[in-house]
Amino acid sequence: MVAAQSTFLTTLLGSAPQRSTGMAWLDRVRAAALERANAAAVPSAREEEWRFTDLAPLARLSFQPRAQAAAPSTQAVAARLLPQAYARLVFVDGVFAEALSSLPSSAGVRVMALEQALRDEPALLEAQLARLGAYEHNVFTALNTAFLREAAVVVVDPGHAVSGPIHVLHLASGSAEPYAIYPRTLLVAGARSRCTLIEDFVALGEGAYFSAPLAEVSIAPDAAVSHIRLQREAASAFQIAAAFVEQARGSTYRLVHVALGARLSRLEVSVVHGATACETAIDGLAMIGARQLADTHTSVDHAHPEGRLRQTHRCVAGGAAHAVFNGKILVRDGAQRTDAAQSFRGLLLSERAQIDAKPQLEIFADDVKCAHGAAIGQLDAQALFYLRSRGLGEQQARNLLTYAFAAEVIERIAVPAVRSALARVVLERTREAA
Amino acid sequence: MIRAGAPVLLDVRELEASIGDKPILKGVSLEVRAGEVHAIMGPNGSGKSTLAKLLSGHPAYSVTRGSVAYRGSDLLGLSPEARAQAGLFLGFQYPVEIPGVSNAQFLRLAYNSVQAARGAEELDPLEFDDLVREKLALVDMDPSFLERNVNEGFSGGEKKRNEILQMALLEPVLALLDETDSGLDIDALRVVAGGVNSLAGADNAIVLVTHYQRLLNYIEPDYVHVMEGGQIIKTGDKALALELEARGYDWVRAEFDAARAAA
Ligand SMILES: Nc1ncnc2c1ncn2[C@@H]1O[C@H](COP(=O)(O)OP(=O)(O)OP(=O)(O)O)[C@@H](O)[C@H]1O
Ligand SMILES: [Mg+2]
Repeated sequence: MVAAQSTFLTTLLGSAPQRSTGMAWLDRVRAAALERANAAAVPSAREEEWRFTDLAPLARLSFQPRAQAAAPSTQAVAARLLPQAYARLVFVDGVFAEALSSLPSSAGVRVMALEQALRDEPALLEAQLARLGAYEHNVFTALNTAFLREAAVVVVDPGHAVSGPIHVLHLASGSAEPYAIYPRTLLVAGARSRCTLIEDFVALGEGAYFSAPLAEVSIAPDAAVSHIRLQREAASAFQIAAAFVEQARGSTYRLVHVALGARLSRLEVSVVHGATACETAIDGLAMIGARQLADTHTSVDHAHPEGRLRQTHRCVAGGAAHAVFNGKILVRDGAQRTDAAQSFRGLLLSERAQIDAKPQLEIFADDVKCAHGAAIGQLDAQALFYLRSRGLGEQQARNLLTYAFAAEVIERIAVPAVRSALARVVLERTREAA
Repeated sequence: MIRAGAPVLLDVRELEASIGDKPILKGVSLEVRAGEVHAIMGPNGSGKSTLAKLLSGHPAYSVTRGSVAYRGSDLLGLSPEARAQAGLFLGFQYPVEIPGVSNAQFLRLAYNSVQAARGAEELDPLEFDDLVREKLALVDMDPSFLERNVNEGFSGGEKKRNEILQMALLEPVLALLDETDSGLDIDALRVVAGGVNSLAGADNAIVLVTHYQRLLNYIEPDYVHVMEGGQIIKTGDKALALELEARGYDWVRAEFDAARAAA
């Protein structure tokens, strides 16, 4: 063990319940990840990748693994459900809640919890689980894999278009005792298939908990995946998440991610173009206040020609909040005719709020189009006056402009019910942040 | 229309104002009564927009001397929204683009804010739609402008029509129109003037800031003021506008300076 290891890690690792999963290969993966986690330390702000995100408040706390999931009332859950969903996997404090889930069986797509997936699709799981989710260099992905017991698994057959969104709902019940959970999602989209995955992290109560979600998305040739990720964790929660995406030839991946909750959150998105003509769209919104910190790190690896990226990121920071964005675009030697565009805009609502943004373009091919822009500012004084001169109160005018700033990302959400629900949440948020 | 004994809507006295340390208005006096149409002309940079924006409550200006009463009570202590709610309207020389806010949404919020302040009925989106379509016809605007973001990508003339649309909806007591005629083609000018005229009545008043006599063929002013160097240096009737068109501003300045030297 590293001498500098924090209480946070020692508590987590000291409590590792290494009950066998019944699958030798999975036990081996977990053991290897545990070894990694044991050798690792909580990243410090001295590391370039963590420069703006101080994990000290996290490292000070000790979290126990969640032993028993508290059963939330169906009433509390009902409001979070999405009637239009094709299927629903609900996890309460990281534990699969079968009674709250809805898993239709129809040809072309399987939506399963890990246990069933290991029974029904052992070969596919052995080939795909923990294939993309690298844990060698990151203590949080290592932790997720070391404690891997639960997962949402979605397998879409070639040529199949799933009739509605697949809703993976993670509910945090909240509790007095700080606990740790490790949500995990595996999506395998077959060639020419189409699907929409919604990962939805919602707190039902308050409480400090630590969540380290990890998603693996594997997209076969000419398939299209739409991925919506909503982070609405509790105000004193910590979420350090990662999403690994691999695209095959001619495939499309669209991600809209929204961070509203948590005391401290971080999302690392890593997209790899594994063949030619991959198309990626990433739209992100972080809207935070009080003493929240929200960090978004994205990386798109253009390893082959004719890839395309469209990325928008918006941060709204009020109170003494701190938003961080790092958008890496790597265009490798030979990835000719790559066409990438990234736009970042930050909105500071108060003097004490802070936004750090870093576009990071690394281009090693010569025939490429790479555009990026970054701007951080306050609400436009002229627009505020214009609205007020028409009778809108100052606060109302501020809220409207703040909402309009965020709406650009919300409007990219292709599921109408999610879009309108989120629009309402954000509108309320502008009122609270005020 | 000048009527003796008509109530005074706006009473600006010896107004001096600065932006930062820079004095811009240097003693402006102006009285506007119900039913009147005033035109303010004057060279670029003379302070016309400053006066209009200051009267609407723009926070950039600080008043260093003088007073402004609106319908008998102090105006300067009111927030911009309170002024709008009390019936003051500024048609902007440069209307502001607001990305992400639809024109329909904006117009309805503005309408309802003013209605609420007047104790009048607020309208839901459907009811408002009927009303706004009626007003759109007045300024000859296509309903597609409702779906677009406020002024975003509007041409110069479209922005000005949108200002008149807002005026038509809010039915102000006192409208300050800052170069609403600039950038308009002949047809648009007629449309805008028609909109203004249909609003003008015995109980309200209009102050037009303009560079062109042309507008005054359509909207007949009761008074024409010349502003220069942060002051109103001459006031006349509509004949003055024609004279300015023919002779420029220099003679007005010379006359003003001579009068001052004599005093
Ligand atoms: N923010 C500012 N900072 C410095 N000077 C300013 C500012 N705003 C206005 N001014 C100055 O105040 C003076 C009056 O400007 P204003 O816009 O009122 O003129 P105007 O009469 O409306 O001119 P125009 O006919 O060109 O519209 C100008 O000299 C202008 O440069
Ligand atoms: Mg002007």
